[in-house]
Amino acid sequence: MTSAILKRRAELLANVRQFFSDRGFTEVATPRVDVEIIPELHIDPFEAPGLGYLQASPEMHMKRLLCAGSGPIFEIAQCFRRGERGKLHRPEFTMIEWYRPGDDMQAGMGLLDELLQQMLGTPTATRTSYREAFQRSVGIDPHTAPLEQLQKKAGEVLDDRDELLNLLLARHVEPALGSGAPELLYHYPASQSALAATTIDEQAVQVAERFELYHGGVELANGYHELTDPVELRERLAIANEGRTEFGRPTLPLPEMLLAAMTDPGMPPCAGVALGFDRLLMLAVGAESIDEVVI
Amino acid sequence: MEADLVQYTKFDQLENGTEAVPSTYNTSDFRKGLKVQIDGVPFLMVEMNFRKPGKGTALYECKLKNLIRNTVVDRTYRAGQTLEAADVMEFTAQYLYRQADAFVFMNNIDYEQYELSAEQVGDFAGFLKEGLDCQIITFNNQPIGVTPPNHVILQVEYAEPAAKGNTATNVSKPVKLETGAEIQAPAFINTGDWLRVDTRTFEYIERTNAPE
Repeated sequence: MTSAILKRRAELLANVRQFFSDRGFTEVATPRVDVEIIPELHIDPFEAPGLGYLQASPEMHMKRLLCAGSGPIFEIAQCFRRGERGKLHRPEFTMIEWYRPGDDMQAGMGLLDELLQQMLGTPTATRTSYREAFQRSVGIDPHTAPLEQLQKKAGEVLDDRDELLNLLLARHVEPALGSGAPELLYHYPASQSALAATTIDEQAVQVAERFELYHGGVELANGYHELTDPVELRERLAIANEGRTEFGRPTLPLPEMLLAAMTDPGMPPCAGVALGFDRLLMLAVGAESIDEVVI
Repeated sequence: MEADLVQYTKFDQLENGTEAVPSTYNTSDFRKGLKVQIDGVPFLMVEMNFRKPGKGTALYECKLKNLIRNTVVDRTYRAGQTLEAADVMEFTAQYLYRQADAFVFMNNIDYEQYELSAEQVGDFAGFLKEGLDCQIITFNNQPIGVTPPNHVILQVEYAEPAAKGNTATNVSKPVKLETGAEIQAPAFINTGDWLRVDTRTFEYIERTNAPE
């Protein structure tokens, strides 16, 4: 990291804090290590012997704060994910995560776009549904295309739709995203909703109120209109753990404290976003690799 | 370009610190420089790009160089997939002599000898001089390729005398080297001169002193 990047990093962090402070957000600091964690299918946490897990995101504890009536909150958090290493990945990275009660998916995308415009001076982001993006780049409707068609397009004989869609997204859809203005991809398949609420779209298909922001070839942020129902969340986490077993990964303990708080007093309807701060800095300074912007 | 203030953390070396070569590699072992085999053919991983779109499976996009044919293929692997390790060795060996169609090299450390075919040596055969140190690549202890040093110094066995008064450096002529190959060299080169030759392009670089 050069001294110019070091200074730009500090400046960008100050700007992020100002952005959220101007909008009435409270900055919070949640534990980096805990015995509980939110199980996700494709995220492997590091175990910290005697302490639990290094947290893969601040989501679990931030949502507990939302349940407790924190109002809009943001956190700048170090996150840890085992095995993630590449030009855009390091096992330890900095995440900016925020939640604002009352926001739906559109408002959530709006706030994220506003942040990006203020931080990088970008034009208004284009909003493209997951279906539109696949129709444009692969020529299929990802929600209704038969399995055989997905296999043919991906050139792989897998019987897992989400795995095939993931391959097609990586090979054909992502390279075309956000090459001009930043692009927001939204309405993911319901099977890829993770912790997002679901809705019925204009073609009567159940989709996830989940969105991702792409800019300059970089996947920058993931957001949800959040799932607030603890019963459904418990089911989804159980499915995630089953999937982990199928993929040969250890199952993970459930976030019981969060599930309890979502039951009573309950979680306010809100939108939340996790943005990779190192990647934001990469875009700000024109870096090719995440290694250029961290020490 | 501004210099780095500090070098970044060295955790990559920790993760890849294993000494023993396993029989298979998991995607989490994938990295540039890995030697693997697919259907009995050895490949070198020349590029590895880790990608993780959205909340999906991690993808490992690899460029694999076929070590027999020297062609490069693109392959994408999903987290959890494996590749068989290839017993590929690379070491310095000196060229000893030619025996019929075989070129005989000797490992400089253990003196073991390896025979390579004319096809494996390729166009470089005409520049091979006894005693030259080359890099030999073996697969399951069988030689599969040889890489010469980028430059070799060879003596001119025969060059036509330059036409009188023609000392222009942009005029070239064919000269025959001690190893039998013929290359284009500037008009001022004479029989007995020593030349530095680029083994990647088989082109004249400069006139030089005799090697010590």
